[in-house]
Amino acid sequence: MAKTLFDKVWDSHVVKSLEGGQDVLYIDRHLIHEVTSPQAFAELEKRGLPLFRKDQMVATPDHNVPTKDQHLPIQEALSRQQVDKLIENCEKHNVELYGLGHPFQGIVHVIGPELGITQPGRTMVCGDSHTSTHGAFGAIAFGIGTSQVAQVMATQCLLQSKPKTMRIIIDGELKKGVLAKDIILYIISKLTAAGGTGYFIEYAGSAIRSLSMEARMTICNMSIEMGARGGMIAPDQITYDYIKGREFAPQGEKFEEAVAYWETLKTDEGATFDQEYVFPAQDIEAMITYGTNPGMGIKLNGNIPGLIEASNKESFSKSLKYMGFEPGESLLGKPIDYVFIGSCTNSRIEDLRIVADYVRGKKKALNVNAMIVPGSKQVEKQAKAEGIDKVLEEAGFELREPGCSACLGMNEDKVPAGAYCVSTSNRNFEGRQGPGARTLLASPLVAAVTAIEGKIVDINEYLN
Amino acid sequence: MEKFEKVTSAAVPLPIEDIDTDQIIPARFLKATSRDGFGDNLFRDWRFNKDDSPKEDFALNDDKYSGEILVAGRNFGCGSSREHAAWSLYDYGFKVVVSSFFADIFKGNALNNGLLPVQVSEPFLQELIEAIHQNPSTEISVDLVAQNITFNGKSEAFDVNPYKKECMLNGYDDIDYLVNIKEEIEAFEASRTVY
Ligand code: SF4
Repeated sequence: MAKTLFDKVWDSHVVKSLEGGQDVLYIDRHLIHEVTSPQAFAELEKRGLPLFRKDQMVATPDHNVPTKDQHLPIQEALSRQQVDKLIENCEKHNVELYGLGHPFQGIVHVIGPELGITQPGRTMVCGDSHTSTHGAFGAIAFGIGTSQVAQVMATQCLLQSKPKTMRIIIDGELKKGVLAKDIILYIISKLTAAGGTGYFIEYAGSAIRSLSMEARMTICNMSIEMGARGGMIAPDQITYDYIKGREFAPQGEKFEEAVAYWETLKTDEGATFDQEYVFPAQDIEAMITYGTNPGMGIKLNGNIPGLIEASNKESFSKSLKYMGFEPGESLLGKPIDYVFIGSCTNSRIEDLRIVADYVRGKKKALNVNAMIVPGSKQVEKQAKAEGIDKVLEEAGFELREPGCSACLGMNEDKVPAGAYCVSTSNRNFEGRQGPGARTLLASPLVAAVTAIEGKIVDINEYLN
Repeated sequence: MEKFEKVTSAAVPLPIEDIDTDQIIPARFLKATSRDGFGDNLFRDWRFNKDDSPKEDFALNDDKYSGEILVAGRNFGCGSSREHAAWSLYDYGFKVVVSSFFADIFKGNALNNGLLPVQVSEPFLQELIEAIHQNPSTEISVDLVAQNITFNGKSEAFDVNPYKKECMLNGYDDIDYLVNIKEEIEAFEASRTVY
């Protein structure tokens, strides 16, 4: 029978199926970080259970870490305690930990791929919803709650109902200045923040195939923002080239064997999906969000919808009131106070190159506070090797040290109440970047242009 | 996990759509390393002003409303996988959340923590909210055994995964089950080719 990519990977990991539709799903790799793991370790200890397969786990602190002076002890007591707890738990249970200062430390979803831990055909989980990022390699990867973190620690398995499948096809050539972030913001604006709930999504089509691994990760990363458990892209030569030679990638002959297997991970001709959408690449333009969920996105030069178009007027009005915007208005010309470039959506080397290329020889607007935070130590190192830090410095920016940072403001990096922030992260929820902060999601290119101009502009007029 | 069979109580209405986990429990309260005390910060920024005084117009601060049931707009619990959202609702005293649509991960987390997500049709939800607004002490009954929710003589059936229902009724969880099939998991590991 013709199978989808998703079916192939899922079916090869089913230990057994229970009556009532639950599968016992085997998990190949388990990533952990400081926020969602302490209660899971405690649960195991309470029950007297050992870790089942510690060699299939990797830990790193990312959510709480400062992005300046990482060599010094963490100032904020609660953050420090949580990071210390992670170190303590990993030492006690012998789990591989890339702690602060380690050359491999970074945001879990950035380090998994760059270390070659993320591979096609694998199942991967983490107590973090943006685990969907790893699906860009043709892996089944999804976020789990802390009880499930404990389950995987204890048994390397999860009880799961098989999700429905959806395919989103983007065909054709992308317009100039349109990046992966715009593609995914466009899709979510069409499908809404709940449109993918219950589904696992495969992204396909010529526009997707043409994307780099970094760009594919940006797309899969935000699958959760339409409610989907995860997103996937079938592996191809671009995937193999990215993985080859990385720390934990198969080496030599083993690599060739792996590629032969990875080649089979494609949706078969004639396989069916529960839901399918097709969007022409030509329709997609640079995007920005105006509201408090990622589905509230418009073309950068478009208008906020009118009240009349809103499905739920109460929620729509509440959202616009929070943002300080009016129904029907344009965002062009709105002054911006903060620009955040970072997060597991857009903090990879390619993102930093896009920003550096644009700001080279220009100066940051005086009214803008900018935070540029690399996704990992390796990204930071690479950026320095390429002189990106210098380019940024000359334009009035500063490259910080890696972590989640202002994506969710668990460390010192926050946006103050009422301030507007154009952010390359993935969530514009109320208070996400700090209590009262107003977030507008956009691509790294839009963020870079905004930082220079100090306000929202139509980037088409600024691209040569 | 505590056993769950039936809850009968008044409800707190929160008829807002797309309530995300950052609203349920803002990230800055996720720094604890134990599961206790999250109820204090449930809906923190909607519930309290900056000076920690309660916001009068928020339903949880309104004396009219009480009970173990939260009634919310569609797509409840979207956003992050933080189980702290389920812990904080439960710790605050809710046993049931009623909505016309739940985000996946939230639903799973709730079920793993003895908090029952009850998905009803949109018209039923609207009638229920209307009834609570008219009479805040409207008694609502959620019966897991019979899988139905009832108020003012109106009733609707709801779905729940049969395995999860067993777990909730008996107060046990997935980890108990998985630990018991360890040999099968090991046999599976031995049988597969890993690249
Ligand atoms: S960068 Fe943001 S979205 Fe990504 S893992 Fe960190 S907090 Fe979560």
